[in-house]
Amino acid sequence: MSDDVYIVGAYEHPTREAPDKSTMQLHAEVSKGALADAGLSKDDVDGYLTAGMPEYEHGFAPLIMADYMGLDLSYADSTDYGGSSYVSHVGHATSAIRDGKCDVALVTLAGRPRSRSQSTGTGVRKLRTFQDSFERIYGATNVPTYAMAARRHMHEFGTTSEQLAEIRVAASHHAQYNEHALYRDPVTVEDVVNSRMIADPLHLLDCCVITDGGGAFVAVSEDVYEELDRDGVRVMGHGETPSHHDAGRIDLTRTGAEQSGQRAFAEAGVTPDDVDYASIYDSFTITVLEAIEDLGFCEKGEGGEFVEGGTLRAPDGALPFNTDGGGLSSNHPSNRGGMTKVLEAVRQLRGEANPEVQVDADVALVHGTGGDIGTRHGAATTVLGRVDR
Amino acid sequence: MTDTWEPRPVPEVNPETEAFWRAASDGEFLLSACDDCGLVFHYPRSLCPDCFSEDVDWQQAAGTGTIYSYSVSESVSGWPEDGLPLVIAYVELDEGPRVMTNVQDVDPDDVEVGLAVEARFVPTEEENVAVPVFVPAE
Ligand SMILES: [Zn+2]
Repeated sequence: MSDDVYIVGAYEHPTREAPDKSTMQLHAEVSKGALADAGLSKDDVDGYLTAGMPEYEHGFAPLIMADYMGLDLSYADSTDYGGSSYVSHVGHATSAIRDGKCDVALVTLAGRPRSRSQSTGTGVRKLRTFQDSFERIYGATNVPTYAMAARRHMHEFGTTSEQLAEIRVAASHHAQYNEHALYRDPVTVEDVVNSRMIADPLHLLDCCVITDGGGAFVAVSEDVYEELDRDGVRVMGHGETPSHHDAGRIDLTRTGAEQSGQRAFAEAGVTPDDVDYASIYDSFTITVLEAIEDLGFCEKGEGGEFVEGGTLRAPDGALPFNTDGGGLSSNHPSNRGGMTKVLEAVRQLRGEANPEVQVDADVALVHGTGGDIGTRHGAATTVLGRVDR
Repeated sequence: MTDTWEPRPVPEVNPETEAFWRAASDGEFLLSACDDCGLVFHYPRSLCPDCFSEDVDWQQAAGTGTIYSYSVSESVSGWPEDGLPLVIAYVELDEGPRVMTNVQDVDPDDVEVGLAVEARFVPTEEENVAVPVFVPAE
């Protein structure tokens, strides 16, 4: 028996605004969609992974949802790094399946920040963690802290707002072909740098969208995979790390992608040169730029130059990224973008991306940056491979 | 100009951080210093985050440093209007640690990476709690 683990079911909820649904309902709908895609039923599920229910500020998500959906489980995981959690769940599900803890692992995300009119990213929420008394009291929410990373990157390496804008331009180019994308109109560099400043130097169009919705995928053992008809993708390698303030030594130009990427590439036995398609977490344009450098697609400090000239555009750019339009243009359900990153990589490897942006891909990289690169974040990288039955 | 910190979110004091906030109300910025490995760090912790020693003492910082990075926000949901535009920054203290803060009493256009700054302490409703902020050095 081989140790290989496959992602075989994948489903993204088509909604971007769901005022008449509950969050639990969305979790269940995406579960149903992913299981149907795989050719599996709910009774086949023996592993379940999900992260947080921000709506309820509650950490018992796997218990809440196992109860709601009537799951009978031998494995559950609630690792919560924010938006990258669902990328780390690929690795955790793979390990659990290899250890024989479960054979069919369901991973779900759902949330409704758009309907709940959350002021995401700039609202001064109440103090919750120990660190909030040293950070959030200053108004340090996500946009200004990511903006400080962008400012420092500009200071050290001469990166420009126009270069950051190239990332949104590429995402919007892809989103025009996604009928479900929140924003489908392509934008230009000028559109981005002339959009309203949210937290200097990040403009409105440097920031991801706020949407309701969710997604799910199913990871299975080789034995289960062989019984199914549906094409899957193979999990080739995975790495992750929490990265933090480091007692005051934080470097705002570097992220945990340096460590998580190296680990994922080593396990997969590939290098950045082998990557045909990349899903890269795009909470903000700077998040993508730093990840590209830290994952080794270019040298530290050269990300600005790297993204110029359509590098990220499918199908012909050197590193086609986020071909669904990503969190910047299409979908960022529950303010957590890791799930949709996994789903678009699966579509690309199966040849099921939108035809205008389909890449001939054998190897796809998925990278998540959850939390906040300005304070502490979870970095998770997974390498996925095409499988031809 | 901010006379008191309210109605901004006020720090929550716990047994590990009580001395830090009390010192701030006396006009001092305290760092933590490990007697075993020599690490000087922020924010306060009773165990050294490098070597896990419990021999951690307070060290009074000079209260001076330079801006490591910053961002200017014209609007922050839930933030008092008279506190806008808001300059959020990491200041690299002369002793080393980069600390999150606000830069005040300055035209936001004059803020830049590398600017020399010094600490000020804004009172709160709590007698023994003040919030460190930074202003351009004289
Ligand atoms: Zn020590």
